[in-house]
Amino acid sequence: MENRHFWQSEVMNFGWLAGILVVLLALVGMVVSFSQRGFISGVMSEGQLLIFLTVALIGFVAGKKMERQSVLKVALWGGIIGFVAGLSLIVLVLLTGIKPLNLRSMFLNASPQLVKVLTFGKGQGAGFLYLLLLNILSGIFGGLAAVIPGIWGSGLANSALITILIGLLTDIWKTFLPRGVAKFFFANKGFNVTGFLITFFFILAFLLFWSLYGARIKVSYGNVASRQPKKVKITWWVISLVVLLLLPRLVGSYLSEVLDLVGIYIIMGLGLNIVVGFAGLLDLGYVAFFAIGAYTMGVFTSPELGLFHLTFWETLPLSILFAVLAGVLLGIPVLGMRGDYLAIVTMGFGEIIRLLVLSDALKPILGGAQGLVGIARPTVGHIVVKNPPQFYYLILAGIFIAWYVASALKDSKLGRAWMALREDEDVAQAMGINLVSIKLLAFATGAALSGLSGAIFAAKLNSMVPHSFTILISIYVLSLIIVGGVGSLPGVVVGALALIGTPELLREFAEYRMMIYGAVLVGMMLYKPEGLWPEPARRRELHGEEGKSAVTASTAPVQMSEEA
Amino acid sequence: MNGKDKGKVLEIENLNVYYGAIQALHGISFYVNKGEIVTLIGANGAGKTTTLRTVSGLQRPRPGVVRFLGADITHVKPHQIVKEGIVHVPEGRRIFSALTVKENLEMGAFIRTDKRSIQESMEQVFDHFPRLKERLHQLGGTLSGGEQQMLAIGRALMSKPKLLLLDEPSMGLAPILVEEIFKILQNINAQGVSVLLVEQNALMALSIADRGYVLETGFINIQGPAKELLTNPRVKAAYLGGS
Ligand SMILES: Nc1ncnc2c1ncn2[C@@H]1O[C@H](COP(=O)(O)OP(=O)(O)OP(=O)(O)O)[C@@H](O)[C@H]1O
Ligand SMILES: [Mg+2]
Repeated sequence: MENRHFWQSEVMNFGWLAGILVVLLALVGMVVSFSQRGFISGVMSEGQLLIFLTVALIGFVAGKKMERQSVLKVALWGGIIGFVAGLSLIVLVLLTGIKPLNLRSMFLNASPQLVKVLTFGKGQGAGFLYLLLLNILSGIFGGLAAVIPGIWGSGLANSALITILIGLLTDIWKTFLPRGVAKFFFANKGFNVTGFLITFFFILAFLLFWSLYGARIKVSYGNVASRQPKKVKITWWVISLVVLLLLPRLVGSYLSEVLDLVGIYIIMGLGLNIVVGFAGLLDLGYVAFFAIGAYTMGVFTSPELGLFHLTFWETLPLSILFAVLAGVLLGIPVLGMRGDYLAIVTMGFGEIIRLLVLSDALKPILGGAQGLVGIARPTVGHIVVKNPPQFYYLILAGIFIAWYVASALKDSKLGRAWMALREDEDVAQAMGINLVSIKLLAFATGAALSGLSGAIFAAKLNSMVPHSFTILISIYVLSLIIVGGVGSLPGVVVGALALIGTPELLREFAEYRMMIYGAVLVGMMLYKPEGLWPEPARRRELHGEEGKSAVTASTAPVQMSEEA
Repeated sequence: MNGKDKGKVLEIENLNVYYGAIQALHGISFYVNKGEIVTLIGANGAGKTTTLRTVSGLQRPRPGVVRFLGADITHVKPHQIVKEGIVHVPEGRRIFSALTVKENLEMGAFIRTDKRSIQESMEQVFDHFPRLKERLHQLGGTLSGGEQQMLAIGRALMSKPKLLLLDEPSMGLAPILVEEIFKILQNINAQGVSVLLVEQNALMALSIADRGYVLETGFINIQGPAKELLTNPRVKAAYLGGS
């Protein structure tokens, strides 16, 4: 190892990786466009944060790889990684300054703006120093967070991440914190310095407190929970219900809009989770049923077409019915397929539906490329549901229904049959399971929920165009299931909040949405393949050791309470 | 013969099975009497698995007839065949690795509804395999190979079969464990379950079977009472290590 040249050593591999990554982030334009928002007002923009976060992350990964080395050596490594990354950026800035090279003709984003962001607007001397220093510190921070044992290391890393998350979502806090408090923590764009420091250290302190007393609290909660499981469960339900009902009032109209969108995806996610998560059938054409639900709502209620004049509530069952029929229709030809073949065929099905609604020939009944307008609003009593907070309640009701359906099915005999199908098709048959009927049932129930979601979506938009129903929707829904935890119901909610909610709140991220999705998915598969809120059975499967502890659980009350 | 001949549970007539253009079975015929253990021995690729898959409906013969308790089940769907009373323990211990032992067994009782009698069957399985009871909440995937094979057999018993199809239960197991499992198979058989046992381990299989068939590249060339096959020079040469 020692006789390799320094430039080829392992630390340098990480250094080059960090350098390439940050230069890439700069050249694709992310750094500049994120810099429109401050992270710590006047000190660091979100674009700059992106660079340091990347370097810290590489430092962290490098640190994890050399866990048994001395802290000092890890710090040195982190520093080297940060130094190489910083140097790469400086070289980039210098290259943009060479006129004859004309870097910008190749890389549109190698702009004067980028230079300004990278040098903190301080010019080449002080700016470079600043950039280099912060990169080195980030690398060291990441490395140390990886190797310092116990709560100090993980606490540092976690409080940094949580603080960053809070900072990115500044706009949310501003909407419902009292003005004085908001002013104290946040500047016009992002944190102010005091707010940042207080938040960071408060979270750190909290995590330390939790590491000292958390286990005890968990045990006593576990004791209460095991003594009066019903009461505790009901309390949780009541609390969540109250919060859910008050949410639109708390967060205002804009965030209600975001919640609505998240909710529409949650309903779809719960449906697709039945197909993919429970039954293990990889369906990439799921948007088709969403479109069918939406178009049914449009065609039967839009006065523009003038074909039918039904109300929202009269059409809703039809939306679901047609989606179910389409689900069965798609199910029959793909009965014998699995895995990648199934994925491709279903994907084709999704495109066919989209092309049908787009077609000129069907324009008189489906509206063609211009789509449909004047779709009916739902009415409840005398109230016409039309603004985002009102739709929130309708969508919430939809989520409850979808949740109920999914959880009831999961615990049912059908749910167990799906599980067997997912694990081993032949053995499932040997257990006496009728594969044909359970496959069709999976497609049908999944489609029903998607149709429900589509119907609400159409009524909410009031008008719609075929362009809303691209394969991207299928991909979003599948991604949110994977990120949340395949087969897990709470996972769908978490996944939808993370993948649909967050990009809506961070508008400048939207442009890079697919890129970030890709990175997040790869990261998840590598480090947390079971998802953010996994289903217990999957967690057991992916972490074999934990499976064994289930045997000894009866002798270890602490573990029991964690399971609860 | 020895009191076991109370009619045929399974009757195979002129079974021909193809994979595309390749013919895996060439018109084989055999039968299993009520209460018998019958073994089908043969080398790799002889068509043993294919035969079992055809009996349990996963593969279709053309032509050929499969009769179960006198009724033609050649075109009955696989899940229906399980309900009729034939259960297939597939090759290679395919248990549900993410489920616990108990959940695996419950899965085996999928076609049954009466909770009490399911519980009774589970107790019977534990009588046969006490080791499974000790590991009730262990994940299937973390069981040892022998335990997994026991679980696969136990799971099959949970459907209360009249005929048990076993595909190479001895595969990859230590001789002592094979002996243990085969003894248990005899106990299960003694309780009235007929057994069709597919094996490469001809010595072990013939030592517990009533009758045997030797399958060679899709043809049944030798058949007879297990004791006779054990002394048959051709069988000895090809399947019993030549001694
Ligand atoms: N799905 C398939 N497609 C094509 N050919 C197959 C298929 N399954 C089995 N075969 C062929 O059919 C023949 C019989 O295979 P089978 O699996 O029944 O053998 P076997 O006696 O069970 O062998 P082993 O002892 O190795 O399990 C072999 O020649 C095999 O290659
Ligand atoms: Mg075989």
